[in-house]
Amino acid sequence: MRAGLRLALAASFLAMALSAGAHAQERRAPAASGLEAKLEYCKTCHGLQGQGYLGYFPMPRLAGQQPDYIEAQLRAFIERRRSNPVMRNVAHVLSPAMISSLANHFHHLNPPPFGGAPRGAVAIGKRIYDEGLPEANVPACSACHGAEGKGQNEIPRLAGQLYPYMVGQLTGWSKERGQGTAVDTSAIMAPTAHNLTHSQVEAVAAYVSNLQ
Amino acid sequence: MKRIGLIAITAVVASAVSTAFAFADDSAAVRNCTWCHGTGAQGYTVAPRLAGQRPQYIMSQIKSFREHARDNPFSKQYMWSAVAALGPSTAYELANYFASIPPKPANDGDSSLASRGRTIFMDGIPEANIVSCYACHGPNAEGIRDIPRLGGLAYFYIKARLEQWGQGYHSTPGSPMPMAASHLGPQEVEALASYLSFVK
Repeated sequence: MRAGLRLALAASFLAMALSAGAHAQERRAPAASGLEAKLEYCKTCHGLQGQGYLGYFPMPRLAGQQPDYIEAQLRAFIERRRSNPVMRNVAHVLSPAMISSLANHFHHLNPPPFGGAPRGAVAIGKRIYDEGLPEANVPACSACHGAEGKGQNEIPRLAGQLYPYMVGQLTGWSKERGQGTAVDTSAIMAPTAHNLTHSQVEAVAAYVSNLQ
Repeated sequence: MKRIGLIAITAVVASAVSTAFAFADDSAAVRNCTWCHGTGAQGYTVAPRLAGQRPQYIMSQIKSFREHARDNPFSKQYMWSAVAALGPSTAYELANYFASIPPKPANDGDSSLASRGRTIFMDGIPEANIVSCYACHGPNAEGIRDIPRLGGLAYFYIKARLEQWGQGYHSTPGSPMPMAASHLGPQEVEALASYLSFVK
């Protein structure tokens, strides 16, 4: 009986010591270096579920995004191949290990699309997405981005992407992407973005922004 | 002479028409607001400036007072009852009236902290997971849609709001502000509130 009590006491002391140790470690580690704190930081702008957010600028959806694409874009911000006043500062403090953890986390999120796109041109957008515009040298978007817009490797997921973000990227492609002398994958998209008219851009953007 | 007379008449008619669509400065509804929010709605002590604020933001805040989501002590004490009898159309007209008044900066922060505040506003502090304010509030803190204009608001007000989010007030669903503010330390709050008070 007495031995049992002593054992229980010893066990509870041990548990206290362990939890105190864990607690101290938690407090010693600066929140800034943790994955959780960094995810909160990303989601403050990109939506609490990574679904994207409309601030003064549209902040793109990261949920379900291809990890290779996220990593490639963060590198492009750091190397100034993709110009963005906010994201360069964000990206340059991220370690390669942190980047792959973040990319992996966002890849597995699946909130519904942000929504809010005009509905009128969705059918035209679907046709451009599925079949392209052969007469205007616009290939089918689905050929690379997939029939459901999920993307692959460095080719981004478009499904559920914010409408104003899509419109902004496709109309300003060559001003934002592929900057400097190094050629990167953004060059593949440049002629297609160039060959789409503004109303065609809006139609495709409206279509993909609704895809689950 | 005849032409000058015509212009004068046109001007009188135009001003009469324009005031018919908006509130007169001395209407009871406007006076009920400016009693606390200051002459010309430029803000007074704890009551923030409404002049130049985004109309959608003013309406969203009226709604949040009515639904008691904006729940810091001063809001509870003053604004919950102030908006209780405010119908949606009056709220809409008041919001648009105040939005149309040119705002004046409060200029009441610590000017030695302004440049530090500007850096935090534009870039955030990525190492400390402090986000850029600019991404949502715009390059000149002018706001957009229901995201408020911050430029020129009083130092005390910005400081209080940022602290209140950290303390768990204003838990509006979907708002990133509780998260954004929780990473700010007292020095960052001082710097941001100081900088913003000078923005024109």
